[in-house]
Amino acid sequence: MTEAEVIQALTPVFHDVFDDDSIVLSPEMTANDIEGWDSQTHVMLTVAAEQRFGIKFRTAELESLRNVGHFAQVISARLAGR
Amino acid sequence: MDQLLWLAEHPDLSAAIGEVKREPDPLARLEATTRLANYRRDFTLATRLDRLASEGLQAVTNGEASVAGLQPLRIALLASHTVDHLVPAIRVAGLQRGLALKVHVAPYGLYRQALLMDDAELASFAPQLIVLALDARDAPLQLPLEASPESVAAAVTTRVDELRLLWRCARERYAAQVVQQTIVPADPPIFGSFEALVPASPWALIDRLNTAIRRAAGEDGVLLLDLAWEAARGSYGDGLAEPLRWHQAKQLVSPNLAPLYGDQLARIAAASVGLSRKCLVLDLDNTLWGGVVGDDGIDGLHLGQGSPSGEAFLAFQHYAALLARRGIILAVCSKNDQNIAEAAFKHPEMVLKRSDIAAFVANWEDKANNLRRIASMLNIGLDSLVFVDDNPAERDIVRRELPQVAVPELPEDVADYPARIAAAGYFEAVSFTSDDATRGRNYALNAERKVAMTQATDMQGYLRDLQMVLYATRIGDAELARSTQLINKTNQFNLTTRRYSEAEVERIARRGPRAVALAIRLADKYGDNGLISVVLARPDTAFADDELLIDSWLMSCRVLGRQVEEAVLDVLVHAARAAGYRTLIGEYRPSGRNGMVAEHYPQLGFVPHPAPTEAASEATFWRYDLGSSRPTHHFIEVQA
Repeated sequence: MTEAEVIQALTPVFHDVFDDDSIVLSPEMTANDIEGWDSQTHVMLTVAAEQRFGIKFRTAELESLRNVGHFAQVISARLAGR
Repeated sequence: MDQLLWLAEHPDLSAAIGEVKREPDPLARLEATTRLANYRRDFTLATRLDRLASEGLQAVTNGEASVAGLQPLRIALLASHTVDHLVPAIRVAGLQRGLALKVHVAPYGLYRQALLMDDAELASFAPQLIVLALDARDAPLQLPLEASPESVAAAVTTRVDELRLLWRCARERYAAQVVQQTIVPADPPIFGSFEALVPASPWALIDRLNTAIRRAAGEDGVLLLDLAWEAARGSYGDGLAEPLRWHQAKQLVSPNLAPLYGDQLARIAAASVGLSRKCLVLDLDNTLWGGVVGDDGIDGLHLGQGSPSGEAFLAFQHYAALLARRGIILAVCSKNDQNIAEAAFKHPEMVLKRSDIAAFVANWEDKANNLRRIASMLNIGLDSLVFVDDNPAERDIVRRELPQVAVPELPEDVADYPARIAAAGYFEAVSFTSDDATRGRNYALNAERKVAMTQATDMQGYLRDLQMVLYATRIGDAELARSTQLINKTNQFNLTTRRYSEAEVERIARRGPRAVALAIRLADKYGDNGLISVVLARPDTAFADDELLIDSWLMSCRVLGRQVEEAVLDVLVHAARAAGYRTLIGEYRPSGRNGMVAEHYPQLGFVPHPAPTEAASEATFWRYDLGSSRPTHHFIEVQA
């Protein structure tokens, strides 16, 4: 899965977690751009993304999940087995 | 990880949530969410359901509105780990268990301060339930690995004594029921299987601590959320003390397991206010035995030793029999010919006997109607029933027709039925007394009494012939647990439906000679019915000094129609006069389920009394002049 494809697949995850179907994701989006993205929903987001893609983030990766693009990079790399 | 497997799957819960979101009325949204809470959900869906309900929940828990089937309850979470992410799932599980929950989370790690010092925020929240959610990394016992068993025991005692002090503060400061979470080991063992043989090894310490916590909880009337046992049973997979979640957010329970944790807490909360289920209703063919008795005949049934499936049915019956032994009522609801179905209970391998079944309904009518009939035969509500049927179509129909009845989704294999029913937590208990152990027998005896009643030519003759003796005792230590249990589970014959914790009952009963708190037992020629009625009466500032307010009056429906309330009034009149009162004040608060006692006070000779200004608007008040002499209308010998 390319990063763009991951972002597309992440969209419904964001819709569910933030209960807002109007969210349109772009790689540079951060917590400042989405209402309700705080430390608690951030954990929910990581867990929901893990469930969606059947992966488990590593502790070292958690720190790099600062914007949507980073999410997509890490997920895409993990799905590719890197 | 799969969880809440006993709940049915919604074809598209996400879409259903989207639909309810458009409903403008918060209470209508709450009711719709409560219906959706009966379906299996993951943590994101639980959070979305919680958002839908939140406005309505707020109105209900603040007393601005009420919704049938939802009882408000305030829970304070005092934790040594992060629990904020669990709160939405706790509230949604509450809806499914009949509770409108208001949840307060004390600041992370400050549970001691909240209980030992005056916490203004907690005091104004006025928790009814305080959950102490602690973990292995909190205040670990500081012992060298080579510490002697004696010093380990001493350290464990010190730690448990500290907890007991906190429990006492929770009771005394807030009159709250305490729920203590047991400790889940955080780090892997360091000795392997040898771990338990080293008294001060991390796992051995936690094991001892949990054992001591459980014993102390039993002694102090504290309830357990036994997460350590759940961890050992594997209920949470690796979702407890998961290193990633701990390092990321100090979460003991992983967010994806929030629905399960929420439900385990909600079922304890529900049990503490009497909302646990009371009766297991069983289908017969392919549920209690393999095969169809009407087609295959008794000899053709798969049941008993010798075949794996026969043993599996036997094991399920055995589990049902164990539930009966702890006080769960058993009933049968089957599409069958009544005679053929009853005859099958003579199969030599049957564990359950016909006499274990308190209500036996086998006919060709629809099951929803038959479940209504069972509830009325047993004098219990539909919301006390759990219906077990191997046929998914029957389960669906009952869920649709009678949403109050719990209908667990069942695994394909009957061998897995007991674990599924246990996991669903319908019968969560908050006490176990000898009355529970004999309840099954009491229901059987009641059946005999009913037969005697139809044989007796007149009611008066029947009642006289029962040779009833009523024992009334002031509520003391010995009666506290059972009285509280009855107060919290009685719905129909209950004048005010006020629910109290043991601490609160104790507080009322100990108010000195001015309070009259009675525990009432009834025996008859068939046996002892156990504790069947409780009356709490106390002076109240809304009334004059010589007026005694009957705060609570409730009675088990097992002894309805036997004039017990007449005899109880005799006892109450006598006790009130002795305490110097001149008038009894009765109160009736309709709850939606206690219509049978709407005329209780006028029938006993009370006359209408104006309601005090601060009383709930729908409550009615009644007075009884203790100066007049009271004629007796019963055939009960009173021993007070």
